[in-house]
Amino acid sequence: MDTMQQTTQSISKPKLGPLATLLVGDKGGQKLIFALIAIAIIFPFCNLVFPQDSFFHISTYTLTLTGKYLCYALLALAVDLIWGYCGILSLGHGAFFALGGYAMGMYLMRQIGDRGVYGNPELPDFMVFLNWSELPWYWYGFDQFWFSMIMVLMAPGILAFVFGWLAFRSRVTGVYLSIITQALTYALMLAFFRNDMGFGGNNGLTDFKDILGFDLQSSGTRNVLFIASASALIIGYLISRFITRSKLGRVLVSIRDAESRTRFLGYRVEHYKLFVFVVSAMLAGVAGALYVPQVGIINPGEFTPINSIEIIIWVAVGGRGSLFGAVIGAIAVNYAKTYFTGAFAELWLFMLGGLFVLTTLYLPKGIVGLWQQIKQGDGKAAQLANVITAKFSNAFSKGA
Amino acid sequence: MSELRPKHLEQAYSLYMDGVSVSFDGFKALNNLSLYIKPGEMRAIIGPNGAGKTTMMDVITGKTKPDTGTVLFNNTTDLTQHDEAAVANIGVGRKFQKPSVIESLTVFENLELAQKGGRSIWQALFHKLSDERAKKIQDTLELIALADKQHELAANLSHGQKQWLEIGMLISQEPELLLIDEPAAGMTDEETMKTAELFKKLAQKHSLVVVEHDMDFIAALDCKVTVLHEGSVLAEGSLESVQNNQQVIEVYLGR
Repeated sequence: MDTMQQTTQSISKPKLGPLATLLVGDKGGQKLIFALIAIAIIFPFCNLVFPQDSFFHISTYTLTLTGKYLCYALLALAVDLIWGYCGILSLGHGAFFALGGYAMGMYLMRQIGDRGVYGNPELPDFMVFLNWSELPWYWYGFDQFWFSMIMVLMAPGILAFVFGWLAFRSRVTGVYLSIITQALTYALMLAFFRNDMGFGGNNGLTDFKDILGFDLQSSGTRNVLFIASASALIIGYLISRFITRSKLGRVLVSIRDAESRTRFLGYRVEHYKLFVFVVSAMLAGVAGALYVPQVGIINPGEFTPINSIEIIIWVAVGGRGSLFGAVIGAIAVNYAKTYFTGAFAELWLFMLGGLFVLTTLYLPKGIVGLWQQIKQGDGKAAQLANVITAKFSNAFSKGA
Repeated sequence: MSELRPKHLEQAYSLYMDGVSVSFDGFKALNNLSLYIKPGEMRAIIGPNGAGKTTMMDVITGKTKPDTGTVLFNNTTDLTQHDEAAVANIGVGRKFQKPSVIESLTVFENLELAQKGGRSIWQALFHKLSDERAKKIQDTLELIALADKQHELAANLSHGQKQWLEIGMLISQEPELLLIDEPAAGMTDEETMKTAELFKKLAQKHSLVVVEHDMDFIAALDCKVTVLHEGSVLAEGSLESVQNNQQVIEVYLGR
């Protein structure tokens, strides 16, 4: 039976805890979790302990910016779960992120209470401005933190369930599915732009004051939000890893590679797709909910189709189908974005487009795939690096 | 759809197809096709291209709904009322013409995926391979001669090995009725004969419908042969009688 154990699962140390076993054989994931734990400790420490003029001080601005990237990373992880493992190319995942963000935003709006410009204890400013006399029914309950947190999961989850149920049951796949996900987020954007929807219209929800009674502007709260974002990313990673490592994960891969074959094996493809789509939407919702208090605003701009396409670029650049690749891609592309939109604002979109083209042509498995190829190649590594530099310089000289 | 049901049904049938017609845009892919497979029977199906062999399998496995006709499994289950996944779980396994294994999974994982049971989301999510089931996979690996390749990705197998793996997956599903489309394509002569031996062994416990072009292979199967032509049965009988049938010769050789 011993050989049997080894052949079925290559767990060499059976004493590992259930969480640790999730990361067996996932070196990238191990490093990622380690790095996330490290920054969740080091960043707040450097921010709070060292004085501002110290070399080791990390400014609250940098901390919040990084926290924002961690939220993006969780969003990218959610997309990789469905795209990398199940072949569902959602070009509307920004919608689930935004819905989670709006749920959090509604809670933060209710927390303002009578400190708004109009001083109405019940109604947010924009409703007073629109001459509304009472709170719409769908705003009920958002003064409660627990209720809002449930809605952070439920709003994206229910939308994903209904949308996915209709789409997957009708066997809408491939580019058709991508197009209707794009239509979904576009439709939501138009809806949320309308003032009479009751979500602040064009301006969205902003001017937040505090969360659970703690001042959103204080660096202490910022640090807690940062740690929460890193923790959410770690938990999200472990959940995704649990799914992809299970037999269900292998069914997803099977659906990705040979959907109709999977049906003939007796698996209800539409149920599997629906499950992973809803989980992914909920992860995206959590990412949005942590993003909003850190950036201080949520508006319909988050629903724009271009946002959702950017997520795909993060995942493609990082390398899809590895989970940690999505995290690396999201953080790398967003740091680049922050730097380049500062330095050459007009060029950024061209660079982003170029990055996507180059990745698709030369790095089909993204940064992670390149790294693995170089590592596996032994003597071939140098050769491969040469080929790539040759291809790149070739592409550039052709372009020029 | 079941107007003529009881005609033959005093007997037990693994598969009972009666008067089945399917047309696509006016083209009759199946034309009043009837096929009766007894439990434990092996049946070879031959026929020129476009005779309706693949459409027949699509109808049995729930992929295509027939316009008219009856398709019963074990005399009771109306297969036309179920979709692909349901038909597979009822006990009909299908092997495709083109070997379709899951290339980015290992040989072992392919078999684990195919293994009977555990098709629901929660079962799949919390699935733990029991020793008994692992043993079964090892037995199948021995049977299809891929035990030493069990940790290789299916993508790295040769064409013949992929065919064997798919046969292994079919066996792991433990279906009662196996539909097998051109299993010997791309196999060496030796592999072809081994496959025929394996099918004969399987036929002791399962019902098999084998579509094949390779006459040596069919001769080795040594079973009743049905010839399809333009969506219906042209001839049925032993290989010898079918080969000497004047109509069959005309269809195959042209007039």
